[in-house]
Amino acid sequence: MKMKSVTNYKAASCAWGSTWSGKKMPRIGIAASAIACLFVAPAFADREVFDTSNATYRAECGSCHIAYPAQLLPRESWQALMAGLPQHFGSDASVDVKTAKEIETYLTTNASRRVGALNAKPPLRITETRWFKHEHDEVPSRAWQSAAVKSPSNCGACHPGAERGDFSEHAVRVPN
Amino acid sequence: MQFANFIGLLALIGAVFAVPARAETPAELLTAFGLDARQSDAAFKGFSTQRGQQLFQQTHGGEWSCASCHTDTPSASGKHAKTGKAIAPLAPAVNPDRFTSSAKVEKWFRRNCNDVLGRACTSQEKGDVLSWLLSIKN
Repeated sequence: MKMKSVTNYKAASCAWGSTWSGKKMPRIGIAASAIACLFVAPAFADREVFDTSNATYRAECGSCHIAYPAQLLPRESWQALMAGLPQHFGSDASVDVKTAKEIETYLTTNASRRVGALNAKPPLRITETRWFKHEHDEVPSRAWQSAAVKSPSNCGACHPGAERGDFSEHAVRVPN
Repeated sequence: MQFANFIGLLALIGAVFAVPARAETPAELLTAFGLDARQSDAAFKGFSTQRGQQLFQQTHGGEWSCASCHTDTPSASGKHAKTGKAIAPLAPAVNPDRFTSSAKVEKWFRRNCNDVLGRACTSQEKGDVLSWLLSIKN
């Protein structure tokens, strides 16, 4: 999978904000989000390695799935996820109040700073974001269906360093 | 008392009290489940490895059993039923880290019993499962 040019990337990541709600955004919102993206997206586009070393986050969230990088969802998404832990994608992932507060602070402090549409519902899955879809648009459908991959949330199936936050493109190995 | 001395004294007091929390053992946790089970049921007659195995391997009206993730043989590594993430063996005989922290044990029973049974497990049930897990040797 080849890295997209920064220009394409900006266009894709910025389209994400305008589609959260599935409704058309007011023009002023589009303009605001376009301006925000111009400043935020280029820095983000180059990043392939994320710091996911927070011990509490790794211990609590990383026991059922990889410690997904906080940087891949905006703070509103993390807040919504933390508020729904007792029913976390069909599973009880509740933690005590002190731990929850610590994790939420970590996630929101390191969250993506891209701006979403006003009154829009934040995405709850990284795989729902336009950014993710754009980054993976060259992955053939048979790869997604392979038993080794099973689910798009199984980052480690193709990104060997996913467990420690390393999504370097040169290391990607897509199973057949 | 000079300020530096005072700080030194504070550090000394801290060092005396900051004894690291002692790791618990599976046997201690089992004893605690027993005490609790007796308290909530005067007719408590001890734990049963057979009941523990049944509870672990059967579904209880839902989609998952404990074995869905931990497999039918808890001396083996498991795999999260949804995410596929590897889960280290549960049986203390092959994984000495298991059942050494009551806080951790309570957290996972709370979450997983809710997923599998749709409610919290009783101390009787937790003790049954733990005694079955302790009966597994490699």
